[in-house]
Amino acid sequence: MSLITPSLQIDGQGRLRHFLTTEGLSQALLTEIMDVAESFMSVAHRETKKVPLLRGKTIANLFFEASTRTRTTFELAAKRLSADVININISTSATNKGETLLDTLRNLEAMNVDMFVVRHESSGAAHFMAANVPEHVAVINAGDGNHAHPTQAMLDLFTIRRHKPDFSQLTIAIVGDILHSRVARSHMHALQTLGVKELRIIAPKTLIPAGVTELGVKIFNHLEPGIEGADVVMMLRLQRERMIGALLPSAHEYFQCYGLTESVLSAANEDVLVMHPGPINRGVEIDSRVADGPKSVILQQVTHGIAIRMAVMSMAMRTHDGGSAIEQPN
Amino acid sequence: MNLDAPQLVHKLNKAVTVLLAERQISDPLLIGIRTGGVWLAESLHKHLNCKSPLGKLDISFYRDDFSRIGLHPQVKPSHIPTSLENRDVILIDDVLQTGRTIRAALNEIFDYGRPNCVILAVLVERNGRELPIQADVVGAHLSLQSDQTVELSGPSPLELTIKKRQGSETQ
Repeated sequence: MSLITPSLQIDGQGRLRHFLTTEGLSQALLTEIMDVAESFMSVAHRETKKVPLLRGKTIANLFFEASTRTRTTFELAAKRLSADVININISTSATNKGETLLDTLRNLEAMNVDMFVVRHESSGAAHFMAANVPEHVAVINAGDGNHAHPTQAMLDLFTIRRHKPDFSQLTIAIVGDILHSRVARSHMHALQTLGVKELRIIAPKTLIPAGVTELGVKIFNHLEPGIEGADVVMMLRLQRERMIGALLPSAHEYFQCYGLTESVLSAANEDVLVMHPGPINRGVEIDSRVADGPKSVILQQVTHGIAIRMAVMSMAMRTHDGGSAIEQPN
Repeated sequence: MNLDAPQLVHKLNKAVTVLLAERQISDPLLIGIRTGGVWLAESLHKHLNCKSPLGKLDISFYRDDFSRIGLHPQVKPSHIPTSLENRDVILIDDVLQTGRTIRAALNEIFDYGRPNCVILAVLVERNGRELPIQADVVGAHLSLQSDQTVELSGPSPLELTIKKRQGSETQ
């Protein structure tokens, strides 16, 4: 499923214009995002946790779907760049979503907002906004339906890179509800572009999307053989509402088959990294001893999320001349 | 036209030593501005036999032209190894022209803490100032045409070259 035309998020010089999906982005650009994020990492440890880069810019966090971690880290990232931030939480009850979204957009544009960070339950919402904003406004996708969550994918890749820099040596397993996961979809595109050695997905048959083998992944229906020899295990959050839809038996049974425990994890490599985008369902997809254990980098993911969001926002922010925010001086 | 960079570096290092003695500074904290300033700071660090490790500053997040040209794509992390509180800082850069880089560097330094003082040492001081910023220690003074630039390449060997400017960027 490709909702996004590559030209929409990339300008004529191959630089970031909006950030909507990891699909179709070059290895060079993905690497640049992580390099810029690395430079922002030290800001959090200084006396003044702020740089003046986006001073005078206004960023609107537009959340049509509930989120705590993503919204907070976007807000903190914008503030550490010295931007002014407004948070707008909009519950979507309207049936005519297209019209509502466009109306909201026009109202915010009238307030001279420079950047929109959008979370929406409909796939393609961020793309729709990017296609409808004026030239000087940038759009960052903070999760759209089942489609993409590119900043989450980039912060996960950044976390992996800080521990294991050479992607071509890595076997990475993604475990859980792949079918409904925008995070997994963004991971798969970005990890393939970065040339990961082996990418595996582990899920019950009912939660594996059709056509996923086209993305070059190996499918496993059982956890232990799937994580055997893995360098990184990325757990996905099991959305409890999926169980109502009869795709899954019970939380207890899911844990028996797909819950990551210390004993199952021993099948992976000794220095395996355990990741989870949060919030964790303890005892459903992951055992507390693993989530809080020495192989877990779950809290580092949160810290890295701020640096990645600072990088993406500063790279996509429009400049006076209407060109990309990234330009080589001289 | 080429200048003898190693000789100027030696001259700069000696002049800093004299200034530190005059001002009775025994444990300075050296901070080089990426990239040329870091090479010079490394040389000075050796010359002074400093106890404190050296700091490195990338001023990309503090430039005043972000809203015009955007983020410098080759940005690298700034790294200040110790607290700046009450330290005597020597800030080192290769070329002082407009003064805008130093303005940005000073702003960044103060986000790390409040130093006791900041001394500015540059290898080359040239005409073209746009801000009221002067160096305390200078390797060489140059008077150049506005379309000329002076660039330091390195780290080994260090070489100073005067060139015709290609773009209009001066920071």
